[in-house]
Order: sequence, then C-alpha cells, then structure tokens
Amino acid sequence: MARTEVLGVFHDEESAADAVSRLKGAGFPPHELDVLTGTAYPEGAFGEHMDKHRLFVFPLMGAACGLAVGLLLTAGTQISYPLVTGGKPLLAIPPMAIVMYEGMMLGAIIFTVLGIIFESRLPRFRPGLYDPRITQGYIGVLVSSSEDRVGAAHRAMEQAGAEDIRSEHGQG
Amino acid sequence: MQDRQKLTDRQINDDLLRPVERTPRAFWIVAGLLVLELAGALVVLGLVFYWGLGFLGINRPVMWAVLITNFVFWVGISHAGVMISSILRLTHAEWRRPVTRAAEVLTVFALITAALFPVIHSGRPWRTIYWTLPYDFTRGIWPNVRSPLIWDPSAIFTYLTGAALFIYTIMIPDLAILRDRATGVRRRFYATLCLGWRGTARQWRFQGIAGILISAIILPVFVSVHSIVSWDFAMALVPSWHSTIFAPYFVIGAIHSGVAAVTTLMVILRRFFRLESYITPDHFDALGRLLIPIGLGWFYFFFMDFAIGLYSQETVDIAPNILRLFTPPYNVLFIIFIFSAFIIPVPSWFFRRVRRSPLLMLVTTLLVNVGMWLERFLIIAPGLQYKQPLTYTWGGYTVSIFELIITVSSFCLVALGVLLFSKVFPIIPVWDQKEGQRLQDEIQTGRRKVPAVILKEE
Repeated sequence: MARTEVLGVFHDEESAADAVSRLKGAGFPPHELDVLTGTAYPEGAFGEHMDKHRLFVFPLMGAACGLAVGLLLTAGTQISYPLVTGGKPLLAIPPMAIVMYEGMMLGAIIFTVLGIIFESRLPRFRPGLYDPRITQGYIGVLVSSSEDRVGAAHRAMEQAGAEDIRSEHGQG
Repeated sequence: MQDRQKLTDRQINDDLLRPVERTPRAFWIVAGLLVLELAGALVVLGLVFYWGLGFLGINRPVMWAVLITNFVFWVGISHAGVMISSILRLTHAEWRRPVTRAAEVLTVFALITAALFPVIHSGRPWRTIYWTLPYDFTRGIWPNVRSPLIWDPSAIFTYLTGAALFIYTIMIPDLAILRDRATGVRRRFYATLCLGWRGTARQWRFQGIAGILISAIILPVFVSVHSIVSWDFAMALVPSWHSTIFAPYFVIGAIHSGVAAVTTLMVILRRFFRLESYITPDHFDALGRLLIPIGLGWFYFFFMDFAIGLYSQETVDIAPNILRLFTPPYNVLFIIFIFSAFIIPVPSWFFRRVRRSPLLMLVTTLLVNVGMWLERFLIIAPGLQYKQPLTYTWGGYTVSIFELIITVSSFCLVALGVLLFSKVFPIIPVWDQKEGQRLQDEIQTGRRKVPAVILKEE
C-alpha cells in the first residue's frame, strides 16, 4: 500500500527531539519515524528507532569468495601450465598464500562496501521527501504513514515548532 | 588542543566547499604548469619505448635504478593515507578529522603513480599484460604466481581498490551536500554519486560503522603491500638485498616517508585553499609527535640492516656498504640521506615550536622525503653495482637527465591528481568536521576551562 511521507524541518536538535516524542505520543510507531540530519549524531539523540542489521556477514562472505578466487587463480594457473622449477612442488604454498591473502582482503573490502550501501538502504532512485536545508544544519523529522494519519503528524510537528512542514503521497 | 572556535554548519559548508565551487586563477596556472611538465614526460617516455631502456642509461649490472626507486618511494608515500586514517579512526583520535581524506587521496594518487613505474621499467608496457593477467586461454600460458611480478600487482590492486572504495564510502554524505548546493549538470553528477543519500539515522549509523570496519580490514593490507614490495628485493639473490629484515624495514620506512608527505600536503593545502580555521597548529603538533616514534623506529631498522651487513664479515655483504660509505657519488648521497631523513628532522620535532610551525614542518617533512628517496636509491643502485667475482658483471651507472625528468613528472602527476580531486570533491571531510564541532566542549576545572571531547559510541 502506498504511504504518505510528512517532513517537518526544525531549526535545532531540541525541537526535533520534541517532535519525535510528540509523534510517538500521538500513536506513531517507532518504525514510521525517521530523523534526517546533515551530520552524524550519537545514536538515539532524537529518540529514534534502530533496526537490527547483518552488516558483519558481508565481509566474511567477501573474504571467503576472495580466498576461493585466489585459490582458483594460483592453483589453476600452475596446474594448467605445469612447469617444475628447482625441484620444488608444483603447487608452491608460500607464493600461493600471498595472492590468496590479497584476494581474501579484496573480497572482504568490496563486500563490506556493498554491505554498507545495502544496509543504508541505498541507492535510492526515488529521492522522496527531502529539504536541502538539512545539509545546512537543519533537522528533518520524517513520518511515513497512511494518508489518514497526515493531519496528526502535521499537528504534532507544529506543536514542536517546525519551521516548515511538507507532505508527499505515494512514497514508501 | 587549544585553538578551537565554534563554527556553524553553514560556515563549514561555505569554507570547505569553496575550493570546489570557486576556481581561482592560481588553480589554472598550477594545473597548466603540471600538465605541461607531464606532456614533456610523455615525450621522454615515447623515446624510452622506442629506443629501449638503454636510452635511460640502465645497463648491466645496474638494471634497477631510478625507475624502481620511484616505484618503492611512491608505494611508501601511499602508506601514510590508510595508516593515518585507519589508526586514528580506530583509536577515536579527534585531531584526525581534517587530515584523513587528504591522506587517503594521497594514497590513491601515489599508488597509481607507483604502479606506472614497473610498467615503464618493463620497456614494453603492452607486454606486462601477458605477465600479470591470466588471459591467454588460446596458448595455455599463465602468469607465474611464484614470481614477485605477480605478487606486486595483486597487492597494489587490492590496496588501490580498497583505498578508493574507502574514500568513496566515507564521502557519500559530502556528495549529498554538494548535490544540495549545485545546479545543472553538476547537481546530476553529485546526485548520482551520492546514491540518493538523505541522512537518515540508519544511514549515519552505517557511516560510523563503515569508518571503523573498513579501517580494520584495510590496515593489514597496507602492511602486506610494502612487505610484498620488499620481497621484490629480499627474494632475489643479490647479497645486500637478501635479508629477512626487509619487510618490517620497508614498512616502517614507508610510514616514515608517508606521514611526512601527508604533513607536507596539509601545509600546502592549508595555504593554497586558506584552511587555517580547520588545519591548525594543533594538527601539526600532533603529526610531529607521531613522526618522532616513527622516525626513531625507522632508524632502528635501518641501523640493524646496516650493522648486520657489516657484522656478517662476508665480502659480498660488505662490498655494497663500502660503495655507499666511501665511493663517490654514493658517499655524498649517503651523507645527504642520513642528515635529511633522520639527523635534522627527528631531533627538531622534539621542540614544540617546530611542531607548531607549519613552515618548519614543511621544511622538515620535505627533508625526510628527500632522504627517503635517496635511501631507496642507495639500497638499489650500489646493491647491484658492487664488483662481483666475474668481471663481465662489473659496470658503472650514472643517473641520466631523462630519469630525472621522469622522476619530477611523478611528483607532478601526484600533485595534479590531488589538485583535480580537490577541485571536484571536498579535500576535508565536511560532515566529519561538523560532527567534531558538535562533540567538542569545554570543562571548567578549578579556575581553568579546558577543552573536552565527547566520545561517540560506534
């Protein structure tokens, strides 16, 4: 079901935190509320809700994939063109370990970055409700709810001292 | 940290995005000169590829000289970025905020420049693809994974990819700021790059985790890269190179030259982009303190490498050191090297006045890199030039003007890369600076107010 987004723009942290409290008091569940800021604040600074995440799985998966590619590359190339040098074993473990290690770390880094982007819910092709003043220090309080709750969200934000309130139908 | 001033978000945006949004005439002049020099270097490279490496004066037995010195030097410089950025992030060092991105960007451009040198040194760059990439399915000939020629590209590729992704991930919120301020094509460009960032609590949470997690992963890579570069030498049977101490010796040397290079860059950026409010004497003080243990650590490894060579009493180990210490021009270069890499800069950093002076830090850190370039050259050239038992391997070597042109060009290439980056993206992390402003405070202790920092949980 399409949802409606309501964005209130606040001048300072106190009034934004107050708006989140009022919205919770008006019956909006935590997962319908979000806070948009231009810089990082300590977690829970606005009383916002935090979901669980699985980011830590990504580097492990990436490392395993990278290690496997490294093994395939090093063992595969030596077996495909078997050339014994200096009477040493065909599959020379120390040099293989170097390339496999680099492959493992490369996989871990690439998957971590993909994981961060994925867990941040990016890329976001539809911009949604947003105000450029947020990157100038203003705080946005965002409500994503059903259309019949828009009025309640507006009232709560007005009471908290929002400088500007806008809504957009069909987001979510 | 004493020099603090409260800045608003709008003021931080205006100050730090000024280099991106306005282009002073000095930018075009500097960029033009750098491009002109690089065009000259392309002509020299064309001649090298046409006539062969002999054109540069490289001949048996000194087959590795200035080009490979440049390779090791720039890999070394590239180490500071991630070292500074990762360690300072992991330890929550507050003074990192204006330093990290410039250091990371220096890593990327130094590494790209470093990677060019083995390719140039091959003499036939187009053939390097045969030796490094497993693509020749038709003939079934594959790269030799037992050769350092394969280890180097794999390590550099991993480090370069990691560093570039690190910069990009941490820069996404700044790209959103640029999107909000730009118009037209530039707005579309930044909007695409920032992936639709809105600054939700969840997005900021993962920004915080990204800094810590990628730092932790990339830190071992940075150690591995210069270890692998050192094995290019240590795996060879050249007596003065065949040493087990080379990996840690090269890594600490890379950190010594790299942190010095970051300090040099910070002084130049501060002056060029008028960032005095953000890069303060406190930052140079902190970098100076960091450089002292690094410099002392490097000297310990240098001395160990040198002393063990003499202690062994082996003629083949002593011969290159005799070249370095007593034979012109290497003995002159050795004196310049030891004075500029250690004797002048390291003791001077013990003085607070030196550490807090951008000009003196510029001079001392430039000296370090002059010395560290010479250190690499003195490892490579005399190591190959000593008189071996068979007379047909005796030979001299003189640095040619063309090698010097290529060396100067490598500095121009890195400078141009950093300059262009700072024209398109903010060279100081804007959102990080704003966060730093929010988390700083002052505490009344007795009759004094002292600066305090609130640590944020990640």
